[in-house]
Amino acid sequence: MKQNPDYDGPILEIDRLSISFFTRLREIPAVMDFSVSVQPGEAVGLVGESGCGKSTVALGVMQDLGVNGRIVGGTIKFKGRDLAEMSQAELRDIRGNEIAMIYQEPMASLNPAMKIGKQLMEVPILHDGADEQAAYDMALQTVTDVKLPDPARILDAYPHQLSGGQQQRIVIAMALMSKPSLLILDEPTTALDVTVEAGIVELVKELGVKYGTSMLFISHNLGLVLETCDRVCVMYSGEAVEDGAIAEVFDRMRHPYTQALFRSIPLPSANKTARPLVAIPGNFPLPHERPPGCNFGPRCDYFEAGRCDAQPIPMRDAGPGHNSRCVRFEEIDWDAPPEASDKPPAPAPGAPVLKVSNLKKYYEVAANALTGGGEARVVKANETIDFEARESETLAIVGESGCGKSTLAKMLMGLETATDGTITLGNEEIQDKPIEDRGPSQVSDVQMVFQNPFDTLNPSMTVGRQITRALEVFDYGNSDDDRRQRMLQLLDLVKLPREFADRMPRQLSGGQKQRVGIARAFAGDAKIVVADEPVSALDVSVQAAVTDLLMEIQREHKTTLLFISHDLSIVRYLSDRIMVMYLGHVVELGTTEEVFAPPYHPYTEALLSAVPIADTHVVKKQIVLEGDIPSAMNPPPGCPFQTRCRWKEKVPGALCETEVPPMRNFDGHQIKCHLSEEDFASMEPVIQIAAE
Amino acid sequence: MEPLTWTGELGDILDPLLGIATLALAVTTVFAILASFVTPTPRITVNPDGTAAMAEGLPGLVGRAQQNALYALIGTLVAYIVGGIALGWQGAGIIGGMMRAFTPVWLSLVALFAASIWFKRSLGLYGKLFDSTIGMIGFGLVMFWVFTAIFGGVFDMIYTSDPLNQVSGMKNEPPGSPLTEDGGYPFYLLGGDTLARDVFARMVAGSTIVIVIAPFATLFAFMVGITLGLPAGYYGGKLDTVLSFLANLILAFPVILLFYLLVTPEIVQTGLPAYMAMVLFLAPLVFMGVLIWSRYRTQPNRAWLLLALVLTPMALVYLSVINADDTPIDFWPLDFFNIPGGILVVFVSVVFVNSPTVFRIVRGLTLDIKTRDYVAAAQTRGETPWYIMLWEILPNARGPLIVDFCLRIGYTTILLGTLGFFGLGLPPESPDWGSTINEGRKLLSIYPHPAIAPALALLSLVLGLNLLADGLREESLRD
Amino acid sequence: MGLFILRRFGVIVLTALCLTFIVFFLTNLYPNLEKLAKTQANARMSDDQVVSWLDNRGYLDPMPLKYARWLGVAPAYVRTGDDGAIVFNRCARPGEEPDEVGRYCGVLQGNWGFSTVFRSDVLDILAERGWQTAKLMFWVTVVMVPGALLLGVFAGMREGSKLDRSLSTVSIATTATPEYVSGVIFIAVFASSAVGLRWFKGTATSAMENITFENFTLPVLTVALYGMGYIARMTRASMTEVMTAQYIRTARLKGVAFRDIVLKHALRNALIAPFTVIMLQFPWLLNGVVIVETLFNYKGIGWTLVQAAGNNDIELLLGVSIISVIVVLVTQLISDIGYVYLNPRIRIA
Repeated sequence: MKQNPDYDGPILEIDRLSISFFTRLREIPAVMDFSVSVQPGEAVGLVGESGCGKSTVALGVMQDLGVNGRIVGGTIKFKGRDLAEMSQAELRDIRGNEIAMIYQEPMASLNPAMKIGKQLMEVPILHDGADEQAAYDMALQTVTDVKLPDPARILDAYPHQLSGGQQQRIVIAMALMSKPSLLILDEPTTALDVTVEAGIVELVKELGVKYGTSMLFISHNLGLVLETCDRVCVMYSGEAVEDGAIAEVFDRMRHPYTQALFRSIPLPSANKTARPLVAIPGNFPLPHERPPGCNFGPRCDYFEAGRCDAQPIPMRDAGPGHNSRCVRFEEIDWDAPPEASDKPPAPAPGAPVLKVSNLKKYYEVAANALTGGGEARVVKANETIDFEARESETLAIVGESGCGKSTLAKMLMGLETATDGTITLGNEEIQDKPIEDRGPSQVSDVQMVFQNPFDTLNPSMTVGRQITRALEVFDYGNSDDDRRQRMLQLLDLVKLPREFADRMPRQLSGGQKQRVGIARAFAGDAKIVVADEPVSALDVSVQAAVTDLLMEIQREHKTTLLFISHDLSIVRYLSDRIMVMYLGHVVELGTTEEVFAPPYHPYTEALLSAVPIADTHVVKKQIVLEGDIPSAMNPPPGCPFQTRCRWKEKVPGALCETEVPPMRNFDGHQIKCHLSEEDFASMEPVIQIAAE
Repeated sequence: MEPLTWTGELGDILDPLLGIATLALAVTTVFAILASFVTPTPRITVNPDGTAAMAEGLPGLVGRAQQNALYALIGTLVAYIVGGIALGWQGAGIIGGMMRAFTPVWLSLVALFAASIWFKRSLGLYGKLFDSTIGMIGFGLVMFWVFTAIFGGVFDMIYTSDPLNQVSGMKNEPPGSPLTEDGGYPFYLLGGDTLARDVFARMVAGSTIVIVIAPFATLFAFMVGITLGLPAGYYGGKLDTVLSFLANLILAFPVILLFYLLVTPEIVQTGLPAYMAMVLFLAPLVFMGVLIWSRYRTQPNRAWLLLALVLTPMALVYLSVINADDTPIDFWPLDFFNIPGGILVVFVSVVFVNSPTVFRIVRGLTLDIKTRDYVAAAQTRGETPWYIMLWEILPNARGPLIVDFCLRIGYTTILLGTLGFFGLGLPPESPDWGSTINEGRKLLSIYPHPAIAPALALLSLVLGLNLLADGLREESLRD
Repeated sequence: MGLFILRRFGVIVLTALCLTFIVFFLTNLYPNLEKLAKTQANARMSDDQVVSWLDNRGYLDPMPLKYARWLGVAPAYVRTGDDGAIVFNRCARPGEEPDEVGRYCGVLQGNWGFSTVFRSDVLDILAERGWQTAKLMFWVTVVMVPGALLLGVFAGMREGSKLDRSLSTVSIATTATPEYVSGVIFIAVFASSAVGLRWFKGTATSAMENITFENFTLPVLTVALYGMGYIARMTRASMTEVMTAQYIRTARLKGVAFRDIVLKHALRNALIAPFTVIMLQFPWLLNGVVIVETLFNYKGIGWTLVQAAGNNDIELLLGVSIISVIVVLVTQLISDIGYVYLNPRIRIA
């Protein structure tokens, strides 16, 4: 049963909370002096990079810190009652009943061996003493509320039978079953595709209003917080550095970290030559190596020795409902533009180095992996791909999971051979040449930068050795000394100290590992570098630095960069041309300006609308796609996008369902769609920047 | 001479102490378990100066008591050892006598542990082992038998009498009986067996056999398992299907049936083990060859030099091993040594039984690791599959493999014991533990001591290996 | 599902054929046959006599042909006299006329041969001995499986607790104690006159007619103990993994009590892996059974195996192999099907 139904104070009050983890060697403070309060019906965002302690706060609220974690100071009050003083039974009564939580990995949050219905029904049976039938009715109602088709069937399904987006909706339904007063969302959409994410965000906002639930929204994505929250609290290295109303913090920031964060993310106003991203120098401090005074001090442009590192900095009032943990915020000129850059403009794209025409890749897979039985199915991973990439050009390949971008990369690298069509590198066709048949120079010409920094380096080989090995394979130099010299130069190139040559990968941070990965890719003076989401797994502040580095090396070496990404913001910032892919098809291809302006392919339009942008001046058109991305195993007939397209009824007949659309050409801007010229002309821009 | 009692005069003091310490440890352990049910989480209090301390409370108190009881128990055991070394025959009894016989082992153990604990922070995973009580106990037990095997087998320092020597009148004599003949060691510390031989000496001699064969056989099983498991996991497809089928085939064989079929004099007569050995012992050569070539293929000169340096001595040893008189393979003139057919067939069959399991583990690990980006990176720079398997995948699979290696030596020890228990392979008078148990079991209800001694020895070695593996696993999962 | 079982069944038949061929090959090597000839006919035969003795009984035909005959898919060896009459037929038992019995007499026809040691039909021996072993196995399973699962679940419930540490140490200790060690210790402590605790009997011969607590405890315990530790460790590993899974945290933060988390959410997921282990443990139990039956003088399949192997009784040995191979493969099949049944993620359409 709910407690204090008449309580009208703040739902959650966290006051000077400190949480530490205890290891064999030392105490590691994870959260220090953290205060925030959540009013009824309010959504508060908690933003910060990984390791800043934002998830620890959430677990602290749930009183579920594990064996090693302890609250070492401060209080957490829920509806006026201190959670730390409650007994286990009282806590159980509150968990799932009055405070519910939604996590990052929907698949992992659901019990794989229990039917969805049973997992949902558990909540009312446990907390409201409901009987089976009442609980079932409630579950059915909630599943309908989270807009899942065919609720009765879903209740009878196991989690693995649903898609990622559906699973997350179930997790949300489970959290809302008991109509909690507080909902904690811990990166609820990070594991999902952008267009699916947009649907979930929409749903959460809507349900928040409908049920009157207060929300604590934890995310590393400033844009997402802008879309969902009323107030925001920015965290850095275990401390809240700034909090306030969302517009206040986004437009009148009063902490250098917040400012630096905004300058390092690719907003629509950023531009790679005129207004480049400004990376935050240095690294995130390890929890046991925090500097004295201000934690951000060593990386701050406004640092003043003797003041900033003298004593712990308290949170101070910086306007109505706005606080900052900076001793100097009154003195700083917050409107001063970032230092103008002296970056040379990128050289104009040269001659085409890579030509792909009519490329196809089909796989045959056994229908059932366990039994090996059943008939083999054909997966069409890539369909008729045509494009060109020129010297020192950045071509972005954009698409969500299953769009075939990785297969395309594999064919370029020679890890797969094409089913049909040609890939011309220089003046040789390489589509049928697996990597074993390519000579060292051909191999070193096309290299790759990988996505996951924690996976890209062999954990049991030194950094130097890994780069040297690449040099050996590429037949560089005549002696070990030659190669060592070159390896050290490469470390210089990616701005890593030479001592790193003898370090093991585990001693490096994510951004540093990614730099080593870049050095390795450029070891043989690659002509084409395929970068597969090279920064998506990195923290926001490190992303800018790695992106910058990649572009700088590209400029110097006149490399062709194929930049694979799902993030349109970063793509807009750095690429010259963009290729949008969906379910193995190229649906749109054009220069960055062309792709970001109408006419759009309907999918591009939705994708642009789905990407959250952390800028209060941006006005976006709301386009939320229905449903999930179809499986590549079982693509829809006709146009691949027809199952989710909002323009479909404009096309006469059943053309979309039956025929793959032709590639339409608008002065070099190509769109694969059946829509008429008039419909294209009627499209409005999705992103508009309001006049200041 | 008087027969010895178990603990002698020393026991009058130490036996009650030992009893009290053991009882205390048992009681506190039970209490600790019960206490962990009553109060699930120990509370941490924060001192004003910012440091935190575990609140005492009931669980803390019981925990401390348990720890003290453990120290008391260990202290009493050390007292037995020291007392045994220091006191005379009647003073320290049988236990003391054995402790004295093991003196070089104790000294080596103390030296090893002192050095290891001193330098543990710079010794990687091996050093971390000394943070885990379980791991230390396991390592101690294993090294005890390793040192015993070395000092007994190589330096002849531990034997109290010749393990094969029969002394009339000592048949089935109980432990601590004085020798009827003069000269040499005055007692059969653990009594005499049915053939009037010294049980203690035979137990020590048995350790040498196990410590020599078990790790080597396991090592070969790993070489075979790795050489087949890597490509099965990496390539998949038909190769994987065929190899996995073969592995499952061998695993479906009841081990004892296999032993009864393979380890017989008739099989040795046919020369089958010699052919199997020829294939099996080739594995390390192939392994090293591929290892070197895949690494240095871009520098052929260096590769050939290294290959010559490594493979020539290995090939000589190989040829010498597989060549033996009176077997089908007898062509090589430079035959330095012969391995008796019985031992060879035991070795081959133990490797044969173990390698499918290793194969399955390696295959599973390979399937997991090959999806990592660094493997893709190696592929995109055009590395050969064997380079990727041996230099990119294998080193990163080492953690689970090391743990399994320890467990598997234990299992091999058990298998060797099984062979001895059924009187297979090893010569009848062999002092290995399995054979000794087999001889002793016939009169077990009347004279248990000849079988109990080797049984406990085998138990402690395998237990040590299992505890060591457990400690290694725990420590490698930390941080 | 039907197709899946059919495919598994195909693999099993193939495996059984391969395994029996290997056994057949190894038991029919020439030195074994020579020994057979000498024990059956005359121990002081010359080499030539041995060859002709064997040749006259079809033992020197090519191995695949002999295997096919043994299986019963090829006509048995017959020797005809000068007049064309059948003077020797492998199908004929002692006392039967060579020309009155059929031509096919292999395993498939239910003719498993004749034991030279026990002087009786192999199938009869196996049926009798097999029943004894089945009784032993039954009691071992009854003791081992619930014990191991309880041990593992309790240990894995709270990783790192005192209870976990104590129980884990117990399971490690039992895996380090092979049957011939624990059996010897049990007999010495509980059945020998030297220690004096004569609680149980050191032999299980009387249990073949009448199972009592006194004569059957030690053998059952000896086999069960070694397997128990292994299953318990697997269960513990699986349980600790499940207890740290996200969905357990979901359940905890849903307000489910610890007891219900363990019983409703963790247990089913945690038992998927150990189930396979338990089923694959049966071939291992077979080893234990051989050791224990020898040690306690209990005349089951294991004891028969030792007798057959020790006395070069080729056909009995082959019979025992078939039985053990069948047991192993059937448990594998059950384990596969059970795995699919327990794990909803693998549902076959």
